[in-house]
Amino acid sequence: MDYSQFLAMKQEIALLVVFLLVFLNDTFLPRNAQAAIGKVTALLFGIFTLWGFCPVVIGEGVQTAFEGMYETSPVIVAIKNILNVGVFIVLIQSLKWTAGESQVIRRGEFYELLLVTLFGMYLMISGRHFLVFIIGLESASLPLAAMVAFEKRRYESHEAAAKYILTAVFSSAVLLMGLSFVYGLCGTLYFGKIADVIAAGEVTNMVLLVVSIAFVMSGMGFKLSLVPFHLWTADVYQGAPTSVTSYLSVISKGSAAFAFLVILWQVFGQVYSTAWEWMLYALIILTITVGNLFAIRQKNMKRFLAFSSISQAGYIMLGIIGNNPMGEAALMFYVLVYIFSNLAAFGVIGAIENNCGKVSMDDYNGLYKTNPRLAVTMMLAMFSLAGIPPFAGFFSKFFIFTSAINQGSVAIYVLVLIALINTIISLYYYLLVVKAMFIKDVDDFTVQPFRSACSERVGMWICVAGILGLGLISCFYDTLLNVVGLS
Amino acid sequence: MFSNILIYFVVIPVLMLAGLALCRNIKQIRAVAVTGSLALTALSVYLLVDYLALRQVDPTSPMLYVQAWDWFKPLHIQLAVGVDGISVAMLILSSIILLTGSFASWKIDPMPKEFFLWLILLSTGVFGFFISIDLFTMFMFYEVALIPMYLLIGVWGSGNKNYSAMKLTLMLMGGSAFLMLGLIGIYYHSAANPADLTWNILTIAENSSIDKNWQYFLFPMTFVGFGVLGAMFPFHTWSPDGHASAPTAVSMLHAGVLMKLGGYGCFRVAIYLMPQAANDLAWIFLILTGISVVYGAFSACVQTDLKYINAYSSVSHCGLVLFAILMLNTTAMTGAIMQMLSHGLMTALFFALIGMIYGRTHTRDITKMGGLMKIMPFLAVCYVIAGFASLGLPGLSGFVAEMTIFVGSFEHADMFHRVFTIVACCSIVITAVYILRVVGKLLLGPVYDEHHLTLTDAEWWERTATVTLIISVAAIGCFPNFFADLIRWTFSPEIFTVIGMN
Repeated sequence: MDYSQFLAMKQEIALLVVFLLVFLNDTFLPRNAQAAIGKVTALLFGIFTLWGFCPVVIGEGVQTAFEGMYETSPVIVAIKNILNVGVFIVLIQSLKWTAGESQVIRRGEFYELLLVTLFGMYLMISGRHFLVFIIGLESASLPLAAMVAFEKRRYESHEAAAKYILTAVFSSAVLLMGLSFVYGLCGTLYFGKIADVIAAGEVTNMVLLVVSIAFVMSGMGFKLSLVPFHLWTADVYQGAPTSVTSYLSVISKGSAAFAFLVILWQVFGQVYSTAWEWMLYALIILTITVGNLFAIRQKNMKRFLAFSSISQAGYIMLGIIGNNPMGEAALMFYVLVYIFSNLAAFGVIGAIENNCGKVSMDDYNGLYKTNPRLAVTMMLAMFSLAGIPPFAGFFSKFFIFTSAINQGSVAIYVLVLIALINTIISLYYYLLVVKAMFIKDVDDFTVQPFRSACSERVGMWICVAGILGLGLISCFYDTLLNVVGLS
Repeated sequence: MFSNILIYFVVIPVLMLAGLALCRNIKQIRAVAVTGSLALTALSVYLLVDYLALRQVDPTSPMLYVQAWDWFKPLHIQLAVGVDGISVAMLILSSIILLTGSFASWKIDPMPKEFFLWLILLSTGVFGFFISIDLFTMFMFYEVALIPMYLLIGVWGSGNKNYSAMKLTLMLMGGSAFLMLGLIGIYYHSAANPADLTWNILTIAENSSIDKNWQYFLFPMTFVGFGVLGAMFPFHTWSPDGHASAPTAVSMLHAGVLMKLGGYGCFRVAIYLMPQAANDLAWIFLILTGISVVYGAFSACVQTDLKYINAYSSVSHCGLVLFAILMLNTTAMTGAIMQMLSHGLMTALFFALIGMIYGRTHTRDITKMGGLMKIMPFLAVCYVIAGFASLGLPGLSGFVAEMTIFVGSFEHADMFHRVFTIVACCSIVITAVYILRVVGKLLLGPVYDEHHLTLTDAEWWERTATVTLIISVAAIGCFPNFFADLIRWTFSPEIFTVIGMN
């Protein structure tokens, strides 16, 4: 065996090193030295993230390892870097929470579990063999259940963890069922070889192929919380600790979206128009519409953002349709912007929750008068999620619509029109938050003025900088377009 | 980049935003707002003079000061600027109304700093929209101009403000949803070769490669998208509620400038880029805008709230703008642009006066007021002048604009156009009815409420605002040729040759 193949997995190995350092720190250092574990993790991860942008890591062209089971390319490195940036912000934002009374004794575990799930996501994105992919998927899902249950003294946290683990297992089962069909039809689990078999027309039973694609899509639909596989989302988001919710809603979702893109096009791309085009359309329309309609009535901020993130997943899926470099870049840019916008919102929610435990939208009434900076940050996040210029969300929405329409059929125009009309519905509920903070008067329940922790402020500043800068400064999107080979 | 004069129309508002963020008290805020908007006014007047001089040298190119900088290069998105006579006229209009609006909100309360921040952000969008010739940039500025309305009405408005603010925002953003689809569609058909696709309006018009069947799809998208902001029937319902709830300066800017974005966009994007579809489908929108014109005027007759009266009157007058644009000939289109200028100034004057009267009497219900001429003669006289401008008295702006529109419309010899022109003409009479009714009830006649006798007349900042607007209205009325030439010069002959009309 040629051990130099491991060099292709630079990022995975470096992540394992970070993980081991954190683990050893947590296990062997004396108690008083552990006080800094959160900061140490954030620092190590920050260095690791920066290192990911080095040309050495990015490399040139597609590199494969282990007989094509693992693949890396500048695009894949860029995707991992996007996730890293998000994880870095989550780590900073969670510092205050992990130092809290009930978490402090086992906060090392939080960081370890988080890094393990990230490792799993890397494998999901880089795996070009379904077994590698499943290993990645499982190691990305199961530790997350432990993270959801992290506040073990809170009833909701338990409930959420139970729901999460059951759906995760169920969706994996569905996915594996679909994959066993695929194996039966094609006799291989390599992405490339399955595609070759399908392209050569050697699959005789088209019905079974369509069924297996449907199973795979449902399995991934659970991970991405697409409608009608979204039912776990709101409860889990509400019950989980806010730092975990933010991780779940941006990083976990983003990585699943990229993996979904790869599977759909690299494995089943040949039968797009015959087998799964209509499935994708139906999923997108249902996801955007149902997510939006349910979000309108939510009063708990975390549930509210859960439904908002469901509909955002629908927009992310629009980038998958095109199967062109432009769509890939638009998808990456959308996830990047979504990470910053959603984490800004969760940063505010987390800061308020850590301070006084309030998460209801009614508690935000008149927030601008008591905590103007938090209110402005939240407003920027809402405007960015709703796609209002000059904030980054406008650009990412515009680009994803543009790339989808590139396909040119009438059906795609109708689909984009439905998505656009849905942005108006989403604007309504995002404005409800703005209305509560800016227009309504202060009442007895309003959050009192307080000073948020330094780490929380740093996290929010990064997010605000991203929301303001990512769109207006064109070099970010241009870089992504360069990476996918358009310039 | 900063050698182009047009960029400063965006740079100055952005500097104003930065300045406002640093302000500590109301005096500094006023200073920043007035200095900035004076600078903008001066800049637009300088642009007018410079533009006319340049036009003498270069009478053929469709736009002047054209310049483009790459923004998102792989998607062919540029920051492209350029103006013709219409944009210059609109820039002057916007800066005058921003200036007078700043004076009209001299005593805004509460949170004056936030109010001006949002107001200036709104005008950044407006100025950016008028100087852009790149569809993407244009659309971005368009949305920048829309969203501050929500908070401006929601926080500083009156009456049923939450409902109105939400309705206005959602309806206008709904329009822009259609618009976005239309613009992306135009982009993908802007050139025969995929490598040459462009968002630049001038290049698209030059290529004129949008297939006729696609035009039939994209024209309604863009026209309705902009038409919502131009208060086209049946998408006008945001206008009365929104204007009635908005604070004074916001009503002024919204009715005076923002609704012009709709008409300008309909012309610049929908008709300019897709003339064939415009020619074939104009009849549908002529019927709708014709309804706007007459229905708006009739609705104004039965309202008793001053702001509702003026808002419906705006629906009627802005309907006339779209109506005239759809006539697709030089005379009527010149009239349409004149009407935009005229309506912008005079409706701003109206809303300013209504705000001042409301600030004193604390009611806008005309059945609860009377004899204000005795109490506040200055405001009352100004109101009468605004009314006369609105009902089309010669010497003021309304007459010139409406006259040009109807002469242009009547040039069409067929039955359909003539009937609709005559129907739209009727709105002049109806306008006279509601204007004179308000003047009679509100200003003349006996004093209704004894408490009103103690009220004072206009302060100096209010006088500045109203007098500036009245001078502008009179200027258009007295020197129509100057403005008509400025505008007519720029109607690109290509549009009319494609349609086969002149």
